[in-house]
Amino acid sequence: MNKKILGVLAASTCFSPLMAMAETEVHFWHAFTGRLGELVAAQVDDFNASQSEYKVVQTHKGNYSETLNAGIAAFRAKEQPHILMVFEVGTATMMAAKGAIKPVYEVMAESGAQFDPDAYIGAVKGYYTTTDGDMLSLPFNSSTPVLWVNRDAMSAAGVDPDTDMSTWEQVGGVLDQLKAGGEDCPLVTAWQSWIHLENFSAYHDVPFASQDNGFSGLDTVLMLNGPAQVAHLSAMGDWAKDGKFIYTGRRNEGGANFRAGECALFTESSAGYAGISSEAQFDFEVRPLPYWKAVASEPQNTIIGGASLWVMQGHESEEYKGVGEFLSFLSTSDVQAAWHQNTGYLPITAEAGDATRASGFYDENPGTDIAVIQMTAKQPTANSKGLRLGSFDQIRGIIDEELEAIWSGDKSAQEAMDSAKERGDKLLRRFETANK
Amino acid sequence: MEKRVIFRGWLLPICLVAPQLIISVVFFFYPAAQAVWQSLFIPDPFGLSAQYVGLGNFEYLLSDKYYRASFVTTAVFSILVTLCSMVPALFLAVCADRLIKSSGIYRTLLIWPYAVAPAVAGVLWMFMFNTRVGIISWYLGQLGYDWNHVLNDGEAMGLVVVASAWGRISYNFLFFFAALQSVPKSVIEAGAIDGARFWRRFFDIVLPLITPTAFFLMVVNVVYSFFETFGVIHTITSGGPQQATTILVYKVFSDGFVGQDLGSSSAQSVILLVLVGALTIIQFKYVEKRVHY
Repeated sequence: MNKKILGVLAASTCFSPLMAMAETEVHFWHAFTGRLGELVAAQVDDFNASQSEYKVVQTHKGNYSETLNAGIAAFRAKEQPHILMVFEVGTATMMAAKGAIKPVYEVMAESGAQFDPDAYIGAVKGYYTTTDGDMLSLPFNSSTPVLWVNRDAMSAAGVDPDTDMSTWEQVGGVLDQLKAGGEDCPLVTAWQSWIHLENFSAYHDVPFASQDNGFSGLDTVLMLNGPAQVAHLSAMGDWAKDGKFIYTGRRNEGGANFRAGECALFTESSAGYAGISSEAQFDFEVRPLPYWKAVASEPQNTIIGGASLWVMQGHESEEYKGVGEFLSFLSTSDVQAAWHQNTGYLPITAEAGDATRASGFYDENPGTDIAVIQMTAKQPTANSKGLRLGSFDQIRGIIDEELEAIWSGDKSAQEAMDSAKERGDKLLRRFETANK
Repeated sequence: MEKRVIFRGWLLPICLVAPQLIISVVFFFYPAAQAVWQSLFIPDPFGLSAQYVGLGNFEYLLSDKYYRASFVTTAVFSILVTLCSMVPALFLAVCADRLIKSSGIYRTLLIWPYAVAPAVAGVLWMFMFNTRVGIISWYLGQLGYDWNHVLNDGEAMGLVVVASAWGRISYNFLFFFAALQSVPKSVIEAGAIDGARFWRRFFDIVLPLITPTAFFLMVVNVVYSFFETFGVIHTITSGGPQQATTILVYKVFSDGFVGQDLGSSSAQSVILLVLVGALTIIQFKYVEKRVHY
């Protein structure tokens, strides 16, 4: 499919040299394939059709890590695109590279394109905004973890599918019942570090790292070995030992199990909606992510995952004008509402959320608004604004390894998290040195 | 008597070795020198600035017990891959060598797996042993064995070893087969007349005669398991569970190209360079003494 699009693009540039001369080209590298890739291409086509001054050229550069690498390699070779999609984990890397990026607020001010920072949802914007309130990159696709329930599997195991599962205490009881009812896979998860540590910490308003999770400085240390996190992982470890929590891998491998109807409960991103709704042959439901009553009387907000768009340095001011127009176009309510409804990603502006509600989408697709509510119900605190840690992709790798040690019973939760902290802190110090 | 041809003057000999020298300099010495240089810095990913740290990267690596553990993992992995790819290859070569009819078909079929790229081989084995849909893990489940290489480190190691060795068997088979063909029939017949049975003849006559090939294959396979198995590991385990299948070269990749830590990655390349160099010297110095040409 992608090749086809590229082919068409290549052909159209060949056959219309006069058109291309008149338009200023803006290059946009992204990480989406399949359905998401088609939706991105459609957004770009719509923008190109809406005006004649600029022409955005979109290119797929592999998965998130590969796209970031391609951008970095291109910058070193002075061939960088204007707009680069970077996943949330790469945020600190991009932020620290002051000579390589052009902050979005600056681009918008210079280009004169329509831009109102207050229109963006706080919990989404916060991840990509400095402590002074300057937006550095434009949030593009953002999602947050929720609890997916296979109602048929619950009934089959003799558990009332309407059972309240707002807290992990209640979920623990349900897992017991599911296991007793003969369910082989009561609970499965995707993105374990993101959901069960990063979001867990924000949701219970406990720090994941010092210096406001890295927002206030590079001299940050991990605090993921606190009592709240350890208690949660201990419980998960016990569930893993009893066969109530099934570990399937570091990424979203568990999605295949859940979509095939093999598992009862699944903690996964709200953006799993597109896949689950198209494949699931069973009655499913979205619930808010559970919290521990023993840790917090009520949950804070969850944080986002996904990617944002960074503008790279080293281009002509005329081209930056085009970038500004394009980013402004992406933020419009219609584009955002369509994106939100098609993909399950969060809308980045409050207006797009309101438009979706007004259109009756949430009534027709119950549960699709849970992620929005979960993120926006409360004003984010210093612990729930997001994470800004250098070398975070590697730190996640370390966390994955240590979590595997808990699931296999090799280490206690406390030992594993102490070790994760020790190993992760070393990487943070290296990052600090590299970006002095 | 050794025969020697001596060139007159310098120009012609230099011209003759120049292509090889230029390739070595451009594709080996220059990048290697760059790696050594970069290993002294902690650069930022974009190449905007770099902090000189001297041997700091090496200190950082060698004080990391997970990095040191990776040496053991690499040793276990490469020994297993070398054994698992050479022993079956030799066995198959001996079998094919004894065939009178249709050995050509067997030969062709046995060489096929070599044409499969490592990453593709990785995906193939990953699907066969996939904990959810894998056909082999399903049969194992029927036999009452719960296969789970996602959490069990021994099973993960076994799987990447088999997936890496599989395609390599073909390559080794080719060399062993050629070597067996070149063993003079007369010495084997002489052994047979003396009353030695097949396996006795094999161990006492054939095996010593093919040691040069075996030695060559050992060196090549060790180097292969160090550097070229990366695709298999990347597709099957990504180095997990925990760090059970993180071999040195995989760590170079993940630190450099996923973690953007080019300083540490360069230092690891230098360590790997020294290690493989030393290993090859040891192999030539000690193991080769037992090889009869």
